[in-house]
Amino acid sequence: MDLLTALYSCSEKATYGCKVKGGSLTKLAYYSTVQHKVARVRSFDHSGKDIEHEPLYEISVQEEITARLHFIKFENTYIETCLDFIKDHLVNTETKVIKATGGGAYKFKDLIEKKLGLKVDKEDVMTCLIKGCNFVLKNIPHEVFAYQKDSDTEFRFQTNHPNIFPYLLVNIGSGVSIVKVETEDKFEWIGGSSIGGGTFWGLGALLTKTKKFDELLQLASKGQHTNVDMLVKDVYGGAYQTLGLSGNLIASSFGKSTTADKEFSKEDMAKSLLHMISNDIGQLACLYAKLHNLDKIYFGGFFIRGHPVTMRTITYSINFFSKGEVQALFLRHEGYLGAIGAFLKGAEQDNPNQYSWGENYAGSSGLMSTSPDVFPMQRTRSGTFDMFEMDRLERPLVNLPLLKDPSTYIPDTVDLTDDAMARKYWLTCFEEALDGVAKRAAASQPDSIDASERAEKFRQKYWNKLQTLRQQPFAYGTLTVRSLLDTREHCLNEFNFPDPYSKVKQKENGIALKCFQSVIESLDSLGWEERQFALVKGLLAGNVFDWGAKAVSDVLESEPQFGFEEAKSKLQERPWLEDSYSQWLERLKEGPPHKCALIFADNSGIDIILGVFPFVRELLSRGTEVILACNSGPALNDVTYSESLIVTERIAAMDPVIQSALREEKLLLVQTGSSSPCLDLSRLDKGLAVLVRERETDLVIIEGMGRAIHTNYYAALKCESLKLAVIKNSWLADRLGGKIFSVIFKYEVPCK
Amino acid sequence: YKLVNLKVFPWFGLDIGGTLVKLVYFEPKDITAEEEEEEVENLKSIRKYLTSNVAYGSTGIRDVHLELKDLTLCGRKGNLHFIRFPTHDMPAFIQMGSEKHFSSLHTTLCATGGGAYKFEQDFRTMGDLQLCKLDELDCLIKGVLYIDSVGFNGRSECYYFENPTDAERCQKLPFNLENPYPLLLVNIGSGVSILAVYSKENYKRVTGTSLGGGTFFGLCCLLTGCSTFEEALEMASHGDSTKVDKLVRDIYGGDYERFGLPGWAVASSFGNMMSKEKRESVSKEDLARATLVTITNNIGSIARMCALNENINRVVFVGNFLRINTISMRLLAYALDYWSKGQLKALFLEHEGYFGAVGALLELLGSA
Repeated sequence: MDLLTALYSCSEKATYGCKVKGGSLTKLAYYSTVQHKVARVRSFDHSGKDIEHEPLYEISVQEEITARLHFIKFENTYIETCLDFIKDHLVNTETKVIKATGGGAYKFKDLIEKKLGLKVDKEDVMTCLIKGCNFVLKNIPHEVFAYQKDSDTEFRFQTNHPNIFPYLLVNIGSGVSIVKVETEDKFEWIGGSSIGGGTFWGLGALLTKTKKFDELLQLASKGQHTNVDMLVKDVYGGAYQTLGLSGNLIASSFGKSTTADKEFSKEDMAKSLLHMISNDIGQLACLYAKLHNLDKIYFGGFFIRGHPVTMRTITYSINFFSKGEVQALFLRHEGYLGAIGAFLKGAEQDNPNQYSWGENYAGSSGLMSTSPDVFPMQRTRSGTFDMFEMDRLERPLVNLPLLKDPSTYIPDTVDLTDDAMARKYWLTCFEEALDGVAKRAAASQPDSIDASERAEKFRQKYWNKLQTLRQQPFAYGTLTVRSLLDTREHCLNEFNFPDPYSKVKQKENGIALKCFQSVIESLDSLGWEERQFALVKGLLAGNVFDWGAKAVSDVLESEPQFGFEEAKSKLQERPWLEDSYSQWLERLKEGPPHKCALIFADNSGIDIILGVFPFVRELLSRGTEVILACNSGPALNDVTYSESLIVTERIAAMDPVIQSALREEKLLLVQTGSSSPCLDLSRLDKGLAVLVRERETDLVIIEGMGRAIHTNYYAALKCESLKLAVIKNSWLADRLGGKIFSVIFKYEVPCK
Repeated sequence: YKLVNLKVFPWFGLDIGGTLVKLVYFEPKDITAEEEEEEVENLKSIRKYLTSNVAYGSTGIRDVHLELKDLTLCGRKGNLHFIRFPTHDMPAFIQMGSEKHFSSLHTTLCATGGGAYKFEQDFRTMGDLQLCKLDELDCLIKGVLYIDSVGFNGRSECYYFENPTDAERCQKLPFNLENPYPLLLVNIGSGVSILAVYSKENYKRVTGTSLGGGTFFGLCCLLTGCSTFEEALEMASHGDSTKVDKLVRDIYGGDYERFGLPGWAVASSFGNMMSKEKRESVSKEDLARATLVTITNNIGSIARMCALNENINRVVFVGNFLRINTISMRLLAYALDYWSKGQLKALFLEHEGYFGAVGALLELLGSA
């Protein structure tokens, strides 16, 4: 294992679990190469073989090495154990230096150097912090949130803005630093205040004789500041109307304690102190934001970190002083910024910024989890560890160039953090489907002796994630059907089930290929208008075959003969639930052929072969070039890029239209960069984006429930788009005002 | 009858703040024999009582050193007296007015500050007196401009500190505020109000903070057990805040060059108090000093930001927090000068907290 590490150590106190004695925390960031299993497909050499009874292609499971960034947080008492762990894994002797930052970097310098035989290289705290901040802002979806105490959704996650600069970072440690960040490398300390977390803690300890920061916050949340503070109404008898100052505003903090003969409760004093400090910081932050003309203010530092109480008071203050013009923003991984930054400093020669990264939901314990996953080496002790993992993606991800407004694009249709009814339904839905998924995972590896054991571990892990999400829907950012699906994929991968559907897909692809020619023949026998409708119906019917939806997997398991024709008959009759077919037909009839169509494919088998390909073939015949985009990695029974290569090759062997299109590069196969059953158009493979631009793509076709309904239903594009899906979930159908197997056919033309 | 005499004596201006009541009283010195004859007994006794004493009851104080002599107001010559007492003695004050049949004098009592609203009902029911309520910011600005224009018995009302960054060479010098606009007016009472003043009539309240004089005094009472503002200041003058605060050099061993922060700057107010040992080793005086420094620096910092945002480079600090508080004034002068690299000037006025009351008195005379 190649291990690059960075330590971030500071005087922050453990913030979770009252039973645990609070000690200082150290954050460790390390970069490892992780070996995991991936499913690969490879064409057989068919020469001279009986291809009738052989599977279409070969599936093999191989070991692959990917890079992963790990961040862990632990109490300083475990530093030696932690260093042992690093030492055990530090096989790469080229690493001579460990980057460290924060106060603890000085404290543990000798210990680290002795234990690891590495030189400790201290990095500037603020430089690391900013570096880390830029990194998470760029790489982690839903990193940023606003806090709203009295709303249903306490945490309101923000869409990642394509341009993160400029912003203001207000770091509230013992004092306050206000830093303006203008570019990746350019930041400036524009001010600060000595009234910060240390003032709350130090003054609080003097006033209440309570020693711990957390306990002070607890006291504060129980107190009544109006007993200690002089309010406007204490001076005026009511509001100060000429200025519009409410009677409840604080006129003078601690203004009522100007007497030696009255006792004040600890709770009330702590509360008053909290308000005083939060308001002061908020006011200064607003003044600095105004002076520098900035509207994004991120708050961090131990005063904020994971404390709803302080997030609430800071939010209130910013709102008050900016008159609602500026929003206080917080970061999910704020506590890791220094460690991430120190790590990035150390890894500069590897240039981690050139890659895209994805949060690994399986390996991360989430925002304010009460039951953080136990660090592997600490399983026997009660763990107070918090973890966060990011996988380095093979290729950089970028926005689809055709997005109308990347800064407001939200992939997900329903925000489950917001919608409690929908959240309950989907969590239950995923819980109910879990046994089946685990069973299928075990069954997918019949030759492995520990498959059922791993499947059970997977089941347990995902079950726990679902329970965490029931309690804290905001744990990993905005909860969506997509994040639930992705978390399941990450958990399956974690237990070495890289592709549980590989055999099913292989079989279905084989069956569908056998039917391809007859489907084409019957389509070709139709008149033009009839054929257009048949093509669309074929696309929709193909999409009924989806192992991801429970209703369908039931049918498929019990009635394997459920065929293409039967699927067509199940479809809703027109008018469909969402039906702009007539406009689409009109467009085909009247308008010029499209220059280039980008198609996001969904399932393997009947869907891609009998639904998508005939459609592609028709487009090609019209003179439209086609970019067919498939997932880079497996997810459910979705067709992967490598599978699509084999399938296309086989179709080309049967069909001259496809064959010549491939040869002339009018049909191009690309990967999406994703391994999700859903689709995030703001995180797509760079190669795809380049091609889309080069070929002047003017039509985007998105099919399937995951990509066109759970995500992108409302996505606005700069060009024409077609979103089609069959709703295979009765609850969702009901929500949209239809029945199961209702059809969505949404053809959109951007308004000029 | 001369026109100027229309306004009947006594002439008072009252500013009822959150902590202190400020009273200005104009003592006419040009009373003719005829007038003296006509003067009712009540009025005479009020005049005698106020001008012959320097303390009233156990808490009322006349700031003799601030008295403005031979002032001409509305055609009358006289002295202006400055009196203060705690707001919690307001009921006793009203009671006294009632006992002395103040209402029989048929004068208008002009009052400003929050208490003008809060105690209006009490004045009416207990004292049979109708208050003329005035906005405190209007009065404040009127008072500042007036007192500055008449000067302080031949001396300048406004002053500043030269070389505030140099303890040895620092000295108080008069400042000519003849052409005052625009200016930032920072009024530090129990809380703080910050006004941007562009002309006599044109001003706006920029912001305010609840960390003011009340906070200093309130925290000092809790931390040291003191019971008066004077006591708190006295303690502060003997303390060392660097034992309580965490300085930049405590963290970085010296200056934090990356950010251009000097080692002596406070990084975290009360930051050393996070440690148990250090909590046990500091004195009450140290705590009082740290409280004073914390509150003062914070006001300086907010004032500086407002001045920058409003593009104003003169900042006038007033309010009773600055009374007998040279530590804070020097600190403000120093902080403004240092952090603005000499661009901002901190100015102070001799009559610190009395401008609202003066403004109220001027309103009384102006409305005649």
